[in-house]
Amino acid sequence: MHYIIRRVLYFIPTLFSVNLFVFMLFFVVNTPDHIAKQALGEKASTPEMVQRWKEARGYALPLFFNRDSKGMGCLRDTIFYQKSLKMLWGDFGVSDMTLQPIGPEILRRIPPSLCLTFSVFLASLFFNIVIAMLVSANRNSHYDFGVQLACVFLMSVSSLIYIITAQYLFGKVLHVVPVSGFLPGKEMFRFLVLPVAIGILGNLGSGVRFYRTLFLEEMGRDYVRTARAKGLPEGKVLFVHVLKNALIPILTNVPVQLLMLIMGSLLLENFFSIPGMGGYTISAINAQDFAVVRTMVFLGSFLYMVGLVLTDLSYCLVDPRVKLV
Amino acid sequence: MLQSFFNSWVTQNLITMAIIAVVMVAAVMMSRREYWRVAAREVCQKRAARFSFVILCIYAVVALLDSIGWRRPVVDASTGKTVLHASTGKPILDHGASALDYILKPISSKKETTYSAPLAERQFTTVIERAEDGSVARVHKALNYPCQHLLGTDIIGADVLALSLKSIRTGLIIGFLTTLIVIPFALFFGLCAGYYGGWADDIVQYLCTLISSIPSVLLIAALMLISGRGLPQLCMAVALTSWTGLCRLVRGEAIHLREMEYVQAARALGVSSWRIIVRHILPNLLHLVLINLVLKFSGLVLAEATLTYLGLGVSAETISWGTMINDARSELTRDPIIWWKLTSAFVFMLGLVLPANIFGDAVRDALDPRLRTQ
Repeated sequence: MHYIIRRVLYFIPTLFSVNLFVFMLFFVVNTPDHIAKQALGEKASTPEMVQRWKEARGYALPLFFNRDSKGMGCLRDTIFYQKSLKMLWGDFGVSDMTLQPIGPEILRRIPPSLCLTFSVFLASLFFNIVIAMLVSANRNSHYDFGVQLACVFLMSVSSLIYIITAQYLFGKVLHVVPVSGFLPGKEMFRFLVLPVAIGILGNLGSGVRFYRTLFLEEMGRDYVRTARAKGLPEGKVLFVHVLKNALIPILTNVPVQLLMLIMGSLLLENFFSIPGMGGYTISAINAQDFAVVRTMVFLGSFLYMVGLVLTDLSYCLVDPRVKLV
Repeated sequence: MLQSFFNSWVTQNLITMAIIAVVMVAAVMMSRREYWRVAAREVCQKRAARFSFVILCIYAVVALLDSIGWRRPVVDASTGKTVLHASTGKPILDHGASALDYILKPISSKKETTYSAPLAERQFTTVIERAEDGSVARVHKALNYPCQHLLGTDIIGADVLALSLKSIRTGLIIGFLTTLIVIPFALFFGLCAGYYGGWADDIVQYLCTLISSIPSVLLIAALMLISGRGLPQLCMAVALTSWTGLCRLVRGEAIHLREMEYVQAARALGVSSWRIIVRHILPNLLHLVLINLVLKFSGLVLAEATLTYLGLGVSAETISWGTMINDARSELTRDPIIWWKLTSAFVFMLGLVLPANIFGDAVRDALDPRLRTQ
């Protein structure tokens, strides 16, 4: 209990400093004047236009301290409070380009993203573990060698190539699935099959190799020899004893990964026109929409840090040997 | 400012020379030590690793040829004489081109007007032409240089083989320059944190947590939006997001080495801490640095393509595999499709990344003491 409280208390200053870092990056290194000129066009913009652009988006304020306001206002009427600190309680402000509020847009875009990334995550985990298990059971066989070779090959191909060729082959030539797009409900399955398959393929190479080393390390342990010596069938040794113990390093990564799924997949969502978080980020990058990119950077690091806290807590759930003091 | 500095020929030649010198010095110093010689022998014993190394060397030579350039006097095409400046009488120099440009001149100077398939005799696209008897027909026009483009030509009629070869330099720069930026940062912070501990450790740990908590793609996106697209900016942005991993590794190893007997003995003899770090700690964790770098290299080359597609990589006029793949997306929507640009980018990229992966694995197997004892 003590540990949990301390861990959460430690989380607060880190979160605050990430907030400050994002603020520095977006407002001190790159001033609002600069952003305004970029948005309006470097040469076409007059000082009045820049001022109006800034006022419409709430950038026409001092950075940290407002001398013209009274009381708490001198701290509250600043860019740092309005644009950066407010993110801490989920008030993300408006987009630079469309002036639409960012918060509701994010909420609308999380479900499609999760549908995609969560299925990729679960399926990848399943395939990686099963293939790695089979490979490490037949260590140093031709089969093992072939899979290793295939893994290196899979890792060496750019994911862009997978997406472009698969989209062309299955969408355009064979007409098995729609080339791109998204519909909620039952139709969703048809649209998600291809991106999910590509996502799995992209993770397969490095995933299988990672789990293979993990399993092989575990298989050299004494308890595996004992289990074999007492005559357990090989399948039971692998999938019950080895998997259970190898699960510790796997599961400790899960909280962070699960939370990061919310951020969506930039490439897949962009190529398949899925209206998720990744697609939102990409269009913001292409439109130079600093407000949205800033929100995404903060949200990403926030989720990562929450994931780290959960990881530490899950240690004690998964492995009773770990005692946190 | 930064862009023009990197684009000037003098700086590029100097940087290339400096990189060659650094690599040579490192190789000579490493070959003096038995530990590295044993590891090199072990890598060489594997056929796949040996073969990969040769391919990587070929890529490196192409990239080096493309990095060394000079300016030549402009020659008048009709008279064959060099053009002289009207008032000073000195020969006028061109913008400068790399050694590879001169080698590729027989290929790249064969300009077509638009797409043509590999080794095709005629253009890929049709034009409407009126014959002498007045009838109108869609014809594939004959190429200026039929059957001479091994990998076809792209939309502006440039040879795809020349483009692919020119892309090698961009790919290697991403991998190499980023690494060169990462090493000093990671070593300095990691060694300080690990050896001195205390508040130095706290600060470095804090910095690492801060930077690694931001998803790297998003941080790169933010940095590239602020600094603008370009090759040097991309290297800086990627380096800034990726030094934390190596830094943590170095820190952990330095903490471990700090307690070794020989370091304690050196300290008891009154050796300065700077000297202890350089003489006793640094050489003993260099293998970790090398493993990390060799394994990261291929990922960096692949990342360039992805980031360029996302609009965060090199600018559109830089020749790279990323821009080639990016173009290919619209070319695949045509009917019939234009497949050769995507295929060449894919093959040339695979030709670099696959050997890099195989070689990296061999280097890790040879150097990682944990694997060796198993």
